Amino acid sequence: MRQAFEFVRRHRVAAVIAFLMVFPLLMPYHALAINILLFGLFAVGFNLLFGYTGLLSFGHAAFLGVGSYLTGIAMVHGGWPWWAAVVLGVACAGVAGLAIGFLAIRTRGIYFSMVTLALGQIVYYAFYKAERWTGGENGLRGIQVPAVEIGGLRLDFLNPVTKYYVILAFVALALWFVSRILASPFGAVIEAVRENDRRAAACGYDVARTKLLVFVLSALICGLAGALRALHLSIVPIDSLHYLLSGQAVMMCLLGGMGTFFGPFVGAGVFLTLEDVVTVFTKHWMAVVGGVFMFFVLFFPSGIWGTLVKRMERVR
Amino acid sequence: MSAVPILEVENVSKRFGNFVALNNVSTRFEAGKLSAIIGPNGAGKSTFFNVVSGAFPPSAGTLKFQGRDITGTAQHEFARIGIAKSFQITTVFKQLSAHENVRVAAQMRSARYQLLTPRAKLTALSDRAHELLARVGLASLHDRTAADLAHGQQRALEVAMALASEPTLLLMDEPTAGMSPEETKVMMDLIVQLAAERSVIIVEHKMKLVMGICERLLVLHHGEFLAEGTPDEIRANTEVRRVYLGQG
Repeated sequence: MRQAFEFVRRHRVAAVIAFLMVFPLLMPYHALAINILLFGLFAVGFNLLFGYTGLLSFGHAAFLGVGSYLTGIAMVHGGWPWWAAVVLGVACAGVAGLAIGFLAIRTRGIYFSMVTLALGQIVYYAFYKAERWTGGENGLRGIQVPAVEIGGLRLDFLNPVTKYYVILAFVALALWFVSRILASPFGAVIEAVRENDRRAAACGYDVARTKLLVFVLSALICGLAGALRALHLSIVPIDSLHYLLSGQAVMMCLLGGMGTFFGPFVGAGVFLTLEDVVTVFTKHWMAVVGGVFMFFVLFFPSGIWGTLVKRMERVR
Repeated sequence: MSAVPILEVENVSKRFGNFVALNNVSTRFEAGKLSAIIGPNGAGKSTFFNVVSGAFPPSAGTLKFQGRDITGTAQHEFARIGIAKSFQITTVFKQLSAHENVRVAAQMRSARYQLLTPRAKLTALSDRAHELLARVGLASLHDRTAADLAHGQQRALEVAMALASEPTLLLMDEPTAGMSPEETKVMMDLIVQLAAERSVIIVEHKMKLVMGICERLLVLHHGEFLAEGTPDEIRANTEVRRVYLGQG
């Protein structure tokens, strides 16, 4: 058991991809599996900033939304091919991250959270008002990806199984990227900044620049989740920018275990599965999910995966 | 006549609102020496330390490191040009292992913004961290989480981290604060060893501690230098005895 656990930790990217390969078989239907994939990636991107750098942003829906909208706008209004639109969506999320991060990192603690929340709301209203481009309240409709062509291979994107695996390919790439960053010297600097920014500065690290760089990386990952979500849903609902989603990212991270590699994914999975199951019985699913969330915060503050990691480390 | 001083402080003042913590102080520190700033509580020692170590810029005056003006330079630049420090209140990365604490500090010279190289492959840095831990007597505790180390061990860890940036000037703010007599002795011995290889400036409240080991002492009182000289000269100075020793 312990060896298996150590193996998983050492080969974390391979392990998570292997799991996600068989994941659709475990889920009742594919749309839920895809949703978990997308929000898992969103939470992983968020966790880079929250769990590893110690900065609690309440505006991360902005990056998911910008990724979605720009991908959609490029396809619907610009007639761009899907892959170019995804690149644009991710790049714009990165630019949004640079702008919001630049302003937000001047503050700390609760002020950081409030500034990101406020800036996220500004993005929400900007897209809400730009009805001609974004469809306003109705969302952006008409994003069509009938098929994905990769090296002469034509994949039917309308088939949910195929769609899942195409999206998984992108998610896998992003997870590999995040894992590499965390294992790099820069990954160590990120954690140093979280632990003690005065000491990090005294060690010769530019704290502001480090925070900004993580902020942009985090926005890029969340933007990719958004861009893929636009392809998946075929529309971009205005809710994509709503602060409720920013809050959900926080909940997913805490539920699964902030500052761990798998935690956010586990959190996203539990959160969305709960939502899916509970809505069958009652529309007040948030009350149930909220209860579960409180239970974990009170009794397992390290989250589901985080608690498991701690248990295993104690055995060693 | 002599070489360029390691650190020059020229007409430096520091005000917090109406309160003058440092009032137009000037001095110079020669390279390769062990010097100490002493003074009673509230004399401005910590302010002096913070100004010369880059925590905040002076309100007025100039700071020169090896002849180069570094007034107003950002904190992280200090480590890069060769000025390292240990804080009065122990400041380490608590949730990281002792080894990782030193390794992060050591990588600053070579791998500041490497995003995609696995740090496990940079074995030279890891070895260097082990060496430094051994130097401060923490070799056997390398995989211990910093938060789980005893107070004196955390202080030693902080010294190893300061050394990791390969400083030419090491600044220490009350390096033995809160230590037991045994721990204090070990730390003072370490400081003497370190001073053999680089310039060291300690800020210390307890005068007795530094009398025996320092080549030069400066006495701060009400934000101004009251006296400076060798330990013997300071001991003989009646003014110093009045404001400092007289208070017990």
